[in-house]
Parts: sequence; structure tokens; C-alpha cells
Amino acid sequence: MRTTFVNCLIDRAKIDNRIFVITPDMGFSVLEKFKEQFPQRFLNVGIAEQNAIGVAAGLALSGKIVYVYSIIPFVTMRCFEQVRIDLAYMNTNVRLVGVGAGLAYGPAGATHHAIEDIAIMRALPNMTVCCPGDPVEVRALINQSFAHKGPIYFRLNKNGETCIHDDSARIEIGKAITVKEGKDIALITTSNMLEQGLHWVKEWSLQGKQAALISMPTVKPIDTDAILQLINRNIPIITLEEHNMIGGLGSAVAEVIADAGKAVVFKRIAIQDVYSHLVGSQQLLRSKLGLDRRPI
Amino acid sequence: MAVTEQQLQTLKDRARRIRIDILKMLTDCGSGHTGGSLSAADIATALYFYKMKYDPRKPGWKERDNFILSKGHAAPLLYTVLAQAGYFEHAELCTLRKIGSRLQGHPDSKCLPGVEISTGSLGQGLSVANGLALAHKLDKAPNRVYALLGDGELQEGQIWEAAMTAAHYKLDNLCALVDNNGLQIDGPVAKVMGVEPITDKWRAFGWEVLDVDGHDMEKIVTALDKAETIKGKPTMIVCRTVKGKGSKCFEGKVEFHGTTPTKEELATAMKELEEGVCK
Repeated sequence: MRTTFVNCLIDRAKIDNRIFVITPDMGFSVLEKFKEQFPQRFLNVGIAEQNAIGVAAGLALSGKIVYVYSIIPFVTMRCFEQVRIDLAYMNTNVRLVGVGAGLAYGPAGATHHAIEDIAIMRALPNMTVCCPGDPVEVRALINQSFAHKGPIYFRLNKNGETCIHDDSARIEIGKAITVKEGKDIALITTSNMLEQGLHWVKEWSLQGKQAALISMPTVKPIDTDAILQLINRNIPIITLEEHNMIGGLGSAVAEVIADAGKAVVFKRIAIQDVYSHLVGSQQLLRSKLGLDRRPI
Repeated sequence: MAVTEQQLQTLKDRARRIRIDILKMLTDCGSGHTGGSLSAADIATALYFYKMKYDPRKPGWKERDNFILSKGHAAPLLYTVLAQAGYFEHAELCTLRKIGSRLQGHPDSKCLPGVEISTGSLGQGLSVANGLALAHKLDKAPNRVYALLGDGELQEGQIWEAAMTAAHYKLDNLCALVDNNGLQIDGPVAKVMGVEPITDKWRAFGWEVLDVDGHDMEKIVTALDKAETIKGKPTMIVCRTVKGKGSKCFEGKVEFHGTTPTKEELATAMKELEEGVCK
């Protein structure tokens, strides 16, 4: 995902000199290509995230479009109030690009995990929250971000993700994507759980259940219409995310269901409000935290 | 070019009128920050009526200099200066903190023309000033950026991240000023969490540092002129000030950080200011 992100940015930067990249010293092995081609528009501002956000806002107020890249906790939580005032309150064209969705930094430990980021970013007025599920979604959403007004948070997994969509998929900021139709269950995934979602749908299919798979790469604004359609069909809705139970995709969908005032069978699969103290890969931690248990 | 005696007199009169407006609006409003607005009045006067390039009829004018009020609680000072500079009607000053007003307790850049950025949470303005100054440099534009900080604000860690950054990128189009009035909400800065030696700290961070009496108009404008000639590094002007400057009612009194004058105190202060007792 991060390679796709940087390639999209390079392509755009060739024709758009407003594109800037800032990193608080997290560009290693990712941003070099951008730096080589656009040394004037690449800034490593040192390990100082709060200042990085302010600098980005200052550039944006001067008409630049600024992408701030780091590991998720450092680009969202360390500098949260700066994000709140300099990006959200002032509605500036800064894009936070966080790498390491959920448990992607597995053995690095919980300091590097990101399980609260969707919740806190979603709480900010003016902030758009994009959590792409595969490199195809990354490409589409990053390409749309160039013309977007106001701040965006991009939650990227890491690298080596499988492409789930083909190039014909219609992907838009703020819209759900129906990956597969189905009449028995609706599974909604966001971010890096799309691939597992696809596996589950295949497994259900072997059991004779036709599950719909919906990818939700924008958690804010959430595609209310798409969720309302599922509610009106009255089929069980399951959400799946590598994020805490509180405040993420499941919460966003639950809010739409509650507002709709109609009863529907609903289940959230998410991290049960705990930090992981176990050393292990992303896959192992998913398993230990129960994210890989498919409901029957 | 040296400032003339006549210019200085005009600036001093201006500063006095600014203090009068600040006190009137704060008394009328009944809430807001008195001490830190008064202490920085001479600094803001020098910036807006001597040094900075701007056009109140075109707040977004590309060639303007940028002013960042990092100590956002001095909003009454900023509003007064903007009104007197012609950004909006002088009469609007009396709407401070009132329902529907564009004059928020802390400046909101989405509401009021002339407010470059929204501030109020301390420590953040200098970073945005860095971004603006960097953009001007990369665009090869001659605009200058000014940021006014409080001395208590120097306790914020982000200030020092920003200090490092401005020097690293050699932002000689950036000039920061600290309103060193020595007091913060809970007491003297030196007692709460000492920030001295301020000049040595900024010098060590790679800045040109000028140390002036923040109520001596000639010294302030001379320092602002000098800052423009410094190449290859940003300039910090440490302005030694008195909190509440302008009337004996408020000077050096910590309780006037966030409280406003009574009608009686206002009357006393008006008399002092109009008679020119305080310079």
C-alpha cells in the first residue's frame, strides 16, 4: 500500500507543483523516490511530530497540498491537538498518511500498533477518514485526494497486500464498494481486513450461505445510504476491522442502524478494548485477539 | 532608514489609543485577558503601524506579511490593532465574546479577516509560522512572517521543535517576538517553571537574538529593522515587558492575566493613559 501511495504521489507531483511531502523521519525505504525527484518538495522535519503538523498547515495555508507521512500513532496521536486546530478547525489541505494499520507492526509492540486511530480521527469535524483495503483502493483514493478540500486521514496497512479489486472497480471517497452480492449475510470490512473478509465469504459460500461483501474504505463520512439499503433488506450485518471495538467501523455502522430505528441482527468483530502484550506477527495477533474467528 | 522623532510620537500615541480600546472592550465584555494584551501593545503597534506590509481591503493579498498571534489569549490586542488598521469597523470591537460576534475569545481565522491562523492553544503558532516562511522561501517571495509568543508559552515543548526547525531551514524571513512580561496564570514564570536564560536558549538554537525593552518604541522598531537585515537565520526579539502595562491598576499584577477591569479601574486607567502618565 505504501509503495502505491508514493507512486501515485510522484505521478501527480510531476504535473502539480503544489504537492509536498513531510515526514518526521519515517521516510526510510519508502519516500526516497519522491525525495530524489522533488528534493525541494520533500521535508524531513526531524522527530518532532507536533511541529510537523504546524509546518504542514503553514504550507497548506500558502496553497500547497501537503502529505505528512509516518507510522500511525506518531502522525495521529502524538500530535492530536495540532491536527485538531491546524488541520480540522482551520480546514486546511493537509493529508495525514499513516502506515501500520491495526496490528501491522506486529512484533514491534503496542507502541507501534494503531487500534484507536479511526475513533479519534473520526471525532474531528472536517476530517475525512480513508482506510483503504487494498492497493487498488489506495490508488483511487489518493488520486481523488488531490482535488479534495479539507484534511484527510489515510490509514494504510504496510506493504505486500493482495489486490482484491480489479481496475474496473468504482471507488470513490465516501462510497461503499460491493465486492460481492449476497442475500444471507452482509459483511462490511474496512482497511486491512478486506482480504480476510473475502476468505470468509468464500467459506460461507461452501456452507451454502450467500454473503455479501462490502468494503468501506471511507469510514467518515460513512456511506449511510449503502448501510440503510442493507438494513432495509433485513439481513444480518457483520462489521470486521483491525481496530478497537470503540469508535471504529463497527461504531460508525451501529450509529446508522440506531438512527434508522429498525431492528436488524448486527455483530461487530473488532479488538475487545485491550492492548496486545504478546510478541508476534500481525496474523498471530489477529488470531489471539479473535479477529480471525468467522461467525457461523 | 532611522525612524524619525515624529514617527515615534505617532506610534506612541497609537499604542496609547490601542490600550484605551483594549481596556474599554474588556471592561464592557467582562471576560478576557487584560495583562497579556496590554504588555504586548507596543510590540503589536510597531508591527502593524511601522513594519508590516498588508492591505486591510484585501486580507488575502499575496504580498502581505503574515502575523501569527501564537499567544492567542491576547486576542483583544489583535482585534484592536486590526480594527484600527482598517480590517473592520471600529464599532465592532465592543462585540468581543458576545453572542454572534466575529470576535471569539481566542482568534478564529474562519471568522474575522486579518486573523491569519486560529490560536488559543499555546505553543503552536511558531510551527505554522515556519510553514508559511518556508512556503515564501520556496516560492522566492519577499513576504516576511512575524510570530508573537508569550514567555510562559516557552514552556511548551513544541516551541523548541519549531525553534530547531526555523534555524535548520535558515528562515531569515521569520521574526519571532516574545512578550517577556514575567507572569503566567498561576504566578511568576520564574516560580512556576523558569524559562530563563531566554536569550541564551534561542541563541543556542541557532537564532539571531535581540534583547529590547518592549515598551521603548524606538528600540522595538530598530530591532524590527535590524531583523530584516539578518541573513541565514531567523531572528528572535526578546521584549522585556510589564504585564498590564498602561495603568498602575494592572501593572505587574498576576490576577489580571485573565480578569477584566472594573468600571472604576477603567476610569483610573483612562485618566492615566489620556494624560500620558505612562509612556
